Amino acid sequence: MSAARRNPLNSAAAHAALLAYVAIALFPVFVIVINSFKDRRSIFREPLALPDAESFSLIGYQTVLKQGDFFLYFQNSFIVTVASLFFILLFGAMAAFALAEYRFRGNMLMGLYLALGIMIPIRIGTVAILEMMVATNLVNTLWALILVYTAQGLPLAVFILSEFMRQVSDDLKNAGRIDGLSEYTIFLRLVLPLVRPALATVAVFNMIPIWNDLWFPLILAPAEETKTLTLGSQVFIGQFVTDWNAVLSALSMAILPVMGLYVIFSRQLIRGITSGAVK
Amino acid sequence: MSERRPIRWHVVVFLAPAVLVYTAIMIVPLFNTLRLALYTEVDQARVFVGLANFRTLFGDPRWSASFWNALGNNFWFFFIHMLVQNPLGIALAAILSNPRLRFAHLYRSAIFVPTILSFVIVGFAWKLILSPIWGIAPGMLDTLGLASWFRPWLGMEGSALTTLALISVWQFVGIPMMLIYAALLSIPDEILEAGECDGITGMAAFWKIKLPLILPSIGIISILTFVGNFNAFDLIYSAQGALAGPNFATDILGTFMYRTFFGFQLQLGDPHMGSAIATAMFAIILIGVCIYLFGIQTRLRRYQF
Repeated sequence: MSAARRNPLNSAAAHAALLAYVAIALFPVFVIVINSFKDRRSIFREPLALPDAESFSLIGYQTVLKQGDFFLYFQNSFIVTVASLFFILLFGAMAAFALAEYRFRGNMLMGLYLALGIMIPIRIGTVAILEMMVATNLVNTLWALILVYTAQGLPLAVFILSEFMRQVSDDLKNAGRIDGLSEYTIFLRLVLPLVRPALATVAVFNMIPIWNDLWFPLILAPAEETKTLTLGSQVFIGQFVTDWNAVLSALSMAILPVMGLYVIFSRQLIRGITSGAVK
Repeated sequence: MSERRPIRWHVVVFLAPAVLVYTAIMIVPLFNTLRLALYTEVDQARVFVGLANFRTLFGDPRWSASFWNALGNNFWFFFIHMLVQNPLGIALAAILSNPRLRFAHLYRSAIFVPTILSFVIVGFAWKLILSPIWGIAPGMLDTLGLASWFRPWLGMEGSALTTLALISVWQFVGIPMMLIYAALLSIPDEILEAGECDGITGMAAFWKIKLPLILPSIGIISILTFVGNFNAFDLIYSAQGALAGPNFATDILGTFMYRTFFGFQLQLGDPHMGSAIATAMFAIILIGVCIYLFGIQTRLRRYQF
């Protein structure tokens, strides 16, 4: 880095390398989105040109909105993601508080038990999860997905949150106890607000994998009324393979909400990853 | 702690929901899947058959050919990630960590964009771009004067898996980049300045000072890549379907398990054989994690700053 400090050539090379990679990273998204606004002829004739007055067309979006129930899919994805995040944060914070705050027999073991799931993917148990959901009549309900994602997210959430909760000052909690607050009030009123940044980190970490997951919606909730946006676009695109306008528009519609969320939360996400929470 | 105290119910209340959900949805099904691998279905009744499913999986030539094919492909998939994704992530992080670099946060955010996209988007977008029908890839090669280099890479047995692995690298390079970036930022300036006094600057500083200090992070990235790759499914399914074509050239353990237990065109689903494959995946991931925990992590020297 000190060489770059002295040498402007080096810093130009750094910018060139980064720009080149950014172009590679963004190029596919760019091509998909611009072509979704063009008519069929222009998609094939000039795939890299921006849509102009002559080639502009929304025919793809019209097909998508007519044929696929994208608002329902979006709503399903939204419900599943928000509900799973709520349970991960609530249950995770409660368990993390118990592990960080109280000394009881088996504390270490309980922490290790909960941490097992960080390394072992929940997908290994899919066969038995499906059988269990069939037995409890939860197949093709959003609850099946919410439960699975909650279980999947809890280990890392407990691990990260208990690290943060150990840093909350004991004096503060003891002051609360002397004032006669119950343990529940101390958790809700004193500790939770202080670990809000950690809660946000856990939420952002879990949000993207849940929203983007294809495996569990495909296996546990493939019915039309419970399709998530990811599964819905997969099925839609599979059916409309030859309708390029529709495929490109469906892809753009799947990209836009995630990009929107990313623009809002990218600082939080990057700060969360770089804060060393996963070391 | 020695005297008997009454049960503190609030501790139970705090722990119960997480432990119950985690145990019921994750741990019990995991062990149930391992157990189901020892059963089979005869006349719609479940019969205990011991290790017969594993004997079929490794002994029956048709099954074992598919299994070793998927396992080999999976290792190649992992190999490409280790060879391309992680060095590329380290290189990008090293460039980004220069404190004088302007617009670093913009570059960082842009390079991370593919990571937030779903496999469905990534799979189809690349399929369209590499498609010989649309002609974006051939057109771009043409402008470089390399039109004759174009091949339908995703459609050829020899190159489909490598192409998909590179697409996956494109998608996930942001993660090693971020983790290494964080590790590089946590190296104290004093150490680098001490190196400068001894005449170690630029590339030498990277190889001799920074790289040894970020080895633990590289270890974590390697094991994350390993677990992620041996559990992968979505990208292959989105781009090539459950049959992992052409001619199973892109079949990995995830797609093999899905086809086996869920069934596909010509074959009925078999949850017990699916469980046997899941057990094999579990064993592979467990071996990888143990090698990391006991063989690598304990040997890496960690420095406290």
